Amino acid sequence: MTRFFTEDHEWIEVDGDTATVGITHYAQSQLGDIVFAEVPAAGATLKKGGDAAIVESVKAASDVYAPVSGTVIEGNDALEGDPALVNSDPEGEGWFFKLTLSDTSELDSLMNAAAYQAFVDGL
Amino acid sequence: MNAINQSGWKPEMGNAGETAPATFTGNKALMLEEALIFEIGTAATTGVDLADAPKVAARLGNLERHRDIGLPGLSEPETVRHYTRLSRQNYAIDLGFFPLGSCTMKHNPRLNEKVARMAGFADVHPLQPVETVQGALAVINELAMWLIQLTGMHGVAMTPKAGAHGELCGILCIKAALAARGDPRCVILVPESAHGTNPASAAFAGFSVENIPATSEGRVDLAALTARLGPDVAGVMITNPNTCGLFERDMKAISDAVHAAGGYVYCDGANFNAIVGRVRPGDLGIDAMHINLHKTFSTPHGGGGPGSGPVVLSEALSPYGPLPYTARNADGHYTLIEEETAQEYHPHSFGRMTAFHGQMGMFTRALSYIMSHGADGLRQVAEDAVLNANYILRSLEDVLEAPFAHSGPCMHEALFSDNGLADGFSTLDIAKGLIDEGYHPMTVYFPLVVHGAMLVEPTETESKATLDQFIGALRSVAERAKAGDPSLKSAPHHAPRRRLDETQAARKPVLVWREPEQLVAAE
Repeated sequence: MTRFFTEDHEWIEVDGDTATVGITHYAQSQLGDIVFAEVPAAGATLKKGGDAAIVESVKAASDVYAPVSGTVIEGNDALEGDPALVNSDPEGEGWFFKLTLSDTSELDSLMNAAAYQAFVDGL
Repeated sequence: MNAINQSGWKPEMGNAGETAPATFTGNKALMLEEALIFEIGTAATTGVDLADAPKVAARLGNLERHRDIGLPGLSEPETVRHYTRLSRQNYAIDLGFFPLGSCTMKHNPRLNEKVARMAGFADVHPLQPVETVQGALAVINELAMWLIQLTGMHGVAMTPKAGAHGELCGILCIKAALAARGDPRCVILVPESAHGTNPASAAFAGFSVENIPATSEGRVDLAALTARLGPDVAGVMITNPNTCGLFERDMKAISDAVHAAGGYVYCDGANFNAIVGRVRPGDLGIDAMHINLHKTFSTPHGGGGPGSGPVVLSEALSPYGPLPYTARNADGHYTLIEEETAQEYHPHSFGRMTAFHGQMGMFTRALSYIMSHGADGLRQVAEDAVLNANYILRSLEDVLEAPFAHSGPCMHEALFSDNGLADGFSTLDIAKGLIDEGYHPMTVYFPLVVHGAMLVEPTETESKATLDQFIGALRSVAERAKAGDPSLKSAPHHAPRRRLDETQAARKPVLVWREPEQLVAAE
């Protein structure tokens, strides 16, 4: 399994042609206390860079973008009752959705962990 | 007896650092605690003496209510005191300086109020025969003419009820114009520096929305915008002056490029007070722009209304504007063009957005404001709004980072970021510290293009003395945040409630009041 990152602070962990998506530690620290998350329903078709989910904190409401194109397998329903999971474990239990990738070559444009860390350090 | 806090509705947030002794009543001298009306009134008492309802046959079927509804009863003095006490806990523009960026909280001249309360305006009903409301229609028509004159546009839709409603009106005009020429364009471009409602309005009208980045100067990236234009782009929505408080200098070039690509230009005119009398949006190639009468032309707002958002339209979009609208006949009488006569006078209208003719109370106030200021006065409104904002920006840029201070003068509002505060201190702490100083905080964490944004809009109605005192207060609070003063983390110390748990309020909101007995029974 390999983990990639976007400049919009999403992470995506790829396992074959399926993947799990969430927002990064840096993203949750910038947003502050998360109070609401809306995840896509199974079957939704996502386009790379398009709106996929919504995350709301005490400071702001933000879109979560799809790092790659694909079809949603499952949204993380646990976030509805406990959005604080995104703060406490953003890159684990606080995942947003799982999807089937429609074009694995889209992963080539994403960053690996080291490149993302360098990107965040430069902000 | 402690009538408060039984429901969990108004939690006491603790008295950390409080040295004064607690009072028996919970009141702090003349700052009175006030329970909910459900907690102070009972269904067993009443302040009015009503005759028993006559026995008539109910026609409600099984919808007829047989239980008591338990509305609280209070005497007239108890009722008056309840609401007066609550009003004393509020903060308002009539109490003090209200620098809420993007909201234009300015003084509302009392002349406007006097005019709006004249019986001929205040007591008319929208279903009265038009012959009996000629004066009211004349006001709508006269205001429409002024708005067209001030903006250099071709027509105006007076009915939209507020800014976002106006946005929707403009976008629906664009949609109708595209439909009329059989053009399936479906993308609206919205820059990062636009108001947050813009993408929502476009999406609501069925368009897909794409973002255009801002430059490091805080303006629309013209190159990125022109690169994205094409046969699928229906138009752009630009806020000018924008939410960074900056004038979009490339506006004419943007309009020309969008028109050349076959699209339309919507301008969010919420910040028109910064340019009224100085710039005519029609000269910048804009096709539709809403004007927040309740901001630029000073009608009381905040707390959700009332608002009024007429939309001025270019020659290209005017044929598609909504019904109804006023027209002046050759004999001097006013009529309303509605569905019955639309086929003859306004056949391409996209339809109706409101039941009636718009916000009459706002129209009378806005026209009073415009006529009492005159052309020279309106020009001075824009000049003083910009002067005051720049005075704030330049007076505080040494203590708070102003990310776009290098982009030249700001317009009606000054934008600061949280860079340079001590570790663990944030914009929120500064906002809470300002409450202790007796100010409504500025807008915080908006716009999103700036980290920990603080957006200050002083408006043109504040004196230099008022601004100097605010600058002193904000400077003092900012210096405490930079020095890491721990007492600022627990501010406000002097407000009726200490710092509220906003996270818990959003995650587990208590939206329904329940009688304490029911709570006990449920446990």
